[in-house]
Amino acid sequence: MHIHVNGKALDVAAATLAALLAELDYEDAAVATALNQMFVRRRDRGDTPLKEGDAVEILTPRQGG
Amino acid sequence: MKADLAADRESGKDAVFGGDPLTLYGVALASRLLAGTAQYPSPAILSRAIAAAKVEIVTVSLRRESGGNQAGARFWALIRDLGVRVLPNTAGCRGVKEAVTTAQMAREIFDTAWIKLEVIGEEDTLQPDVFGLVEAAAILTRDGFQVFPYTTEDLVAAEKLLGVGCEVLMPWGSPIGSGRGLNNPYALRSLRAHFPQVPLIIDAGIGAPSHAAAAMEMGFDAVLSNTAIAKAGDPVAMARAFALAVEAGRTGYRADLMQARDMAAPSTPVIGRAFNDLANDRARA
Repeated sequence: MHIHVNGKALDVAAATLAALLAELDYEDAAVATALNQMFVRRRDRGDTPLKEGDAVEILTPRQGG
Repeated sequence: MKADLAADRESGKDAVFGGDPLTLYGVALASRLLAGTAQYPSPAILSRAIAAAKVEIVTVSLRRESGGNQAGARFWALIRDLGVRVLPNTAGCRGVKEAVTTAQMAREIFDTAWIKLEVIGEEDTLQPDVFGLVEAAAILTRDGFQVFPYTTEDLVAAEKLLGVGCEVLMPWGSPIGSGRGLNNPYALRSLRAHFPQVPLIIDAGIGAPSHAAAAMEMGFDAVLSNTAIAKAGDPVAMARAFALAVEAGRTGYRADLMQARDMAAPSTPVIGRAFNDLANDRARA
């Protein structure tokens, strides 16, 4: 399935957002997620299916002003 | 103000901090200097600067990370070690939906309801889009956020932000990163005078400790600085300088500043001046 993760086109096997994080080695990282510009809570990732063309954002803490 | 300061002194409280806390959404803080965490030469210098200035609130953000890099995790661990409160921002967001989603992501990852809400409306000045800002603030406050909106000095925008539930405002001094200080002192004084009870934090454009002191002397409640400290030749020393400036400005404000005047007024008593009659003779001649 072709999706976009953080703006990059990827071909992934994961069927859910939780599975995607595992596939991309984010499983244990402190990240927050959004699917098609909508926030997805940590506890909802397992119930959030992915479909062709989805845009996923995976964000982590960073320096800010 | 003067009476408050005298009462604090007589009661044995520290005149600057202990007796004069800054309260933001019910949280009492001793420090009136907030610091950004970006652009420091190294994480170690960031840590030392925050400690040197006794800063209690730092701003942080969320950004994309490539898998396995762990830069975000390392940064977050460093901030947690500092023992300070974090104020996540929505820096760079250009629209309401983007800002709201970023705020929701920040709340989960940083475990705080505080959000420094930025909705940028203009590229050259990074000026807030106050229309989008009010809309996003309304959505977020309804969702339980405690919003710190990055706004202009516009009185109407300020009123509307307060109307949708913001209890703190963060007006700009001048454009982000410009170091120009307080670009519009008249409007900032008006803002201060219109909302005497609302915590107002000058955010953006502060370039020197003197700018921070000037903001505090005007009666603003706190100052947020990032670039001026982080990009200084010695960020640790500059952080300390900013803390001193904020303290001096606040104490000066509470001590009740004199009114400026156009004409000179001798500070040394005129009566009893030696050779006074000579001066009178000269005047008559």
